[in-house]
Amino acid sequence: MRITADNERCIGAGQCVLTAPDVFDQDDDGLVTVLAPEPGAGLTDAVWRAGDLCPARAITVHED
Amino acid sequence: MTHADPMVVDFPLRKPGEAFPPPRYTTYREQEGLVLSYLPNGNKCWLVTRHEDVRAVFTNPKISSNPDHKGFPNISETMGVPKQEQIPGWFVGMDSPEHDRFRKALIPEFTVRRVRAMRPAIEETVDKLIDELLASGNSADLVADFALPVPSLVISALLGVPPVDRDFFESRTRTLVAIRSSTDQQRDTATKELLRYINRLIDIKSKWPQDDLVSRLLATGTIAPHELSGVLLLLLIAGHETTANNIALGVMTLLQNPQWIGDDRVVEETLRFHSVADIVSLRVAVEDVEIAGQLVRAGEGVIPLVAAANHDEKVFACPHAFDPSRTDRHHVAFGYGMHQCLGQNLVRVEMEIAYRKLFERIPTLRLAVPVEELAFKHDVVLFGLHEMPVQWESS
Ligand code: HEM
Ligand code: SF4
Repeated sequence: MRITADNERCIGAGQCVLTAPDVFDQDDDGLVTVLAPEPGAGLTDAVWRAGDLCPARAITVHED
Repeated sequence: MTHADPMVVDFPLRKPGEAFPPPRYTTYREQEGLVLSYLPNGNKCWLVTRHEDVRAVFTNPKISSNPDHKGFPNISETMGVPKQEQIPGWFVGMDSPEHDRFRKALIPEFTVRRVRAMRPAIEETVDKLIDELLASGNSADLVADFALPVPSLVISALLGVPPVDRDFFESRTRTLVAIRSSTDQQRDTATKELLRYINRLIDIKSKWPQDDLVSRLLATGTIAPHELSGVLLLLLIAGHETTANNIALGVMTLLQNPQWIGDDRVVEETLRFHSVADIVSLRVAVEDVEIAGQLVRAGEGVIPLVAAANHDEKVFACPHAFDPSRTDRHHVAFGYGMHQCLGQNLVRVEMEIAYRKLFERIPTLRLAVPVEELAFKHDVVLFGLHEMPVQWESS
């Protein structure tokens, strides 16, 4: 699993940080940064949920 | 495709004396397409009730938040709120890209990390209010004496209002939401006084910048001072009654379900369960667009009913049960899409601290009247409680 996040779309709602704090963070501008682009299997569930919760559809989960 | 005979329902949607969300919402969700309503001014308006469709409305670029568009469903006139002039900086009523300039400038002020740093100050505010409650006897109106001052004091601190002015600030914001006990004219005066105060604050911060939100926003240079006053008023109004209603309703629900007292998951479930901002997000189609198989024409109003979406049985198991142990957090109590509530993480912390401190420090807290006698807000935009008489044992 690989994760990308689109800084341009992000509206800083922080849902991703609340849901998967080991994978996402907010930078100084409050926008999403990916801490763990290839998170371990234990985080799969949280990552999918973060992707669904993101109100700006800024998070993409690639299943390769 | 379009449905020949959509169900047509009356506006306003809430009726005194019935449960909220109205049980009729279940029937609305079962309709094919959308439900049609006519506003008091005769304007046509579509109601969107299923979770999936509500999210689709919030993210559709053909659907606008700008009240200047013809056909915008301006319900506030009939629900106790004065008509909102297009105030500069009122970015909740703007579309991309105008909206984004304001939102981007404000995001850093509301990150999860920034809000966590405000925690000790919020705890202190809540503790002080509880001290005052306890000192005043053994009964109170939990709305006026606790639920409303918490967000008002938190926002005034956030805006950098000096402590000596916070009583002034709090009393004026309280007048704004006291629909029952204040006149239109008093509310109008209070708004003007607040705007004047905000303008003075901006003036002071531009001359003597400090390490606070207003000074930082001025320093970015992306928001002009005359726009900033609208931005600050929006923060104040958007974050006051919404939060207060959630605090009061949450306490009421905890008193009815005491097994959940002390569990922080109550915060998220209160937001979903009560969905106080049901008819807050108003929209208008600016091009013909299809929603749930229903053709919506340009110039027709669209209201995503978040309380209906948050009780959609396809998405939430037993939606009408208050169950903080749910693991799904994808309610739309804060909206969805680019306008999703900017203050959401601040609110979560405020609610958590308010519930925890209140029940820790006043464990004998109880309602002073039966739940059925509480004055629920059926007559204004936001759902909540006008008053909430409570009492406790003196220690
Ligand atoms: C429980 C309390 C709250 C609820 C239920 C709530 C609900 C909402 C909803 C539904 C929206 C979306 C409006 C739309 O789509 O048209 C919104 C937007 C907004 N809220 Fe909140 N809100 C709450 C508290 C706060 C607080 C405490 C603040 C700030 C201090 C705040 C600031 C804002 C702002 C600035 C917007 C506009 C965001 C934008 O247009 O990008 N809210 N809120
Ligand atoms: S949830 Fe989406 S919009 Fe919010 S901070 Fe994360 S990426 Fe940005």
